Amino acid sequence: MTGIIALYIFMLAAFTGYEVIGRVPVILHTPLMSGSNFVHGIVLVGAMVALGAASTPLEKAIGFVGVLLAAGNAVGGYAVTERMLQMFKSSKAAAASKGGDAPKAGEPPKGGDAPSKGSH
Amino acid sequence: MSHVGAAAVIQGSYLVTAFLFIMGLKRMSSPVTARSGIVWAGAGMVVATLATFFFPEMHNYPLMLAAMVIGGAIAWISGRRVAMTAMPQMIALYNGMGGGAAASIAAIELYRGGEATLSGAALAVVGGIIGAVSFSGSLIAFSKLQGLIQRSLRFTGQQVVNLLIAAATLVAGVLIVAQVDATASVVTALFVLALVLGITMTLPIGGADMPVVISLYNALTGLAVAFEGFVLGNAAMIIAGTVVGSAGTLLTQLMAKAMNRSLGNVLFSGFGETAAAGTATVTGSLKPIEAQDAGVMLAFAQSVIVVPGYGMAVAQAQHKIWELCQLLIDRGVRVRFAIHPVAGRMPGHMNVLLAEAGVPYDLIADLDEINAEFENADVALIIGANDVVNPVARTDRGSPIYGMPILNADKARNVIVIKRGQGAGFSGIENALFYLDNTRMLYGDAQSMGSALIAAVKSV
Repeated sequence: MTGIIALYIFMLAAFTGYEVIGRVPVILHTPLMSGSNFVHGIVLVGAMVALGAASTPLEKAIGFVGVLLAAGNAVGGYAVTERMLQMFKSSKAAAASKGGDAPKAGEPPKGGDAPSKGSH
Repeated sequence: MSHVGAAAVIQGSYLVTAFLFIMGLKRMSSPVTARSGIVWAGAGMVVATLATFFFPEMHNYPLMLAAMVIGGAIAWISGRRVAMTAMPQMIALYNGMGGGAAASIAAIELYRGGEATLSGAALAVVGGIIGAVSFSGSLIAFSKLQGLIQRSLRFTGQQVVNLLIAAATLVAGVLIVAQVDATASVVTALFVLALVLGITMTLPIGGADMPVVISLYNALTGLAVAFEGFVLGNAAMIIAGTVVGSAGTLLTQLMAKAMNRSLGNVLFSGFGETAAAGTATVTGSLKPIEAQDAGVMLAFAQSVIVVPGYGMAVAQAQHKIWELCQLLIDRGVRVRFAIHPVAGRMPGHMNVLLAEAGVPYDLIADLDEINAEFENADVALIIGANDVVNPVARTDRGSPIYGMPILNADKARNVIVIKRGQGAGFSGIENALFYLDNTRMLYGDAQSMGSALIAAVKSV
């Protein structure tokens, strides 16, 4: 990736982040902060690549810690965000069913726990 | 799989991940779609993680899997078990882990010394500093909110000391980037200094300001991830990190504004715990009321607005209060909850706590929506809230909270305040609302008073 392309990506992503959050109601501030906290858990892929390329014991040790921390960021961020958001219900939904209001996408709640499933 | 093929698969997967992250965040910004938003983002994370296993010429797979399983399992268990009231510090903890991971990537790159370009080395250094500061700073924020660190360390000349540490960190960074002295010891010094800086920057900040700081560190971690993404040439990290960096910055500003604080104020002064008591003298007297009478007042009201504060959550009274409100709703009373942006420990935290008790989100209104409605409310029921309903913020220029947006509970026809005792609020300021002619004080903890009010309403 050339430098200027990377800068374009940086600029456009910055605008995207600003616009996506722009009109968010206060009621969602805490879950949203938690959700964006989960998103930067993508650092996991960088930590994996860094550990994958590590050769000396020092590099391996740092890489191990990096992957461990990154996995904690991603999985923990998913766990708490999902817990908070699944509690938000409207009066209609609350009256219609107690707990029958399933999430739309077919992803199981454990979806954030991908790291431990990737053993192949 | 050939290297070319693997590269295409990986790049394609990262593109899908970036799309899922952005759509996920977008969906998370509306209560109707928020629940599916995190699932979208989660799917994106799974896609990126699986694709990364196909990265060419990687080693240390057993080590990698062990780290993932250990880190993931600890985080999953702690995340499932943590109480909703402790959510802000848990977010701080996970955020710090992300910052630490970004710093680790920088450390590996810098120890190896393989950065071919000046910009690559500079980005690795800056990302490493930010990540390390975010890591140690977030750990301090966690410790403070968790009550592990009770007081704020402050001494004269503290900001000079912090500036010196920051300057030393930068010098080490410049030495590395300029290849003047890029030995391992300088790299070590860089990270030690950055970690110390995170600690000394965060220690003097008071507990009340901590949410803003956590949000700031969240944005910083995003930025650190983006910078390390540049170093690794990883588009998924650049996009996700930058989106979080800018979204987090905006969120930090919104929070600081809701608390009537500027970011500079939060970072460089110590309001959080040492605010001077208000200068205004409050006239009038505190007029107590019995639960029975308060219950009757609620039962025969047409419109009731509940103003919950963190005190209610600490007493775990939200379930009782919601039970009370359901009784009132069944009697035909119009009940709504008014949430101040800083009710709870973080903007939006109170909404989470009410949602946990089963309160539907369409009964919950924020400050702008509800403030005009207080005039038409028969009763404003204040539970464990204090500074956020203090009319002094509108009237008394000398008060430390002057100018802070407040809920106009004083405009309601009657005000009932559930409060444990006669002490002042979090900021130590007398609350003029409690002394108004139409205010009645119901002394007791929110849990037992909730039960008493339920009994009173049932007996009507």
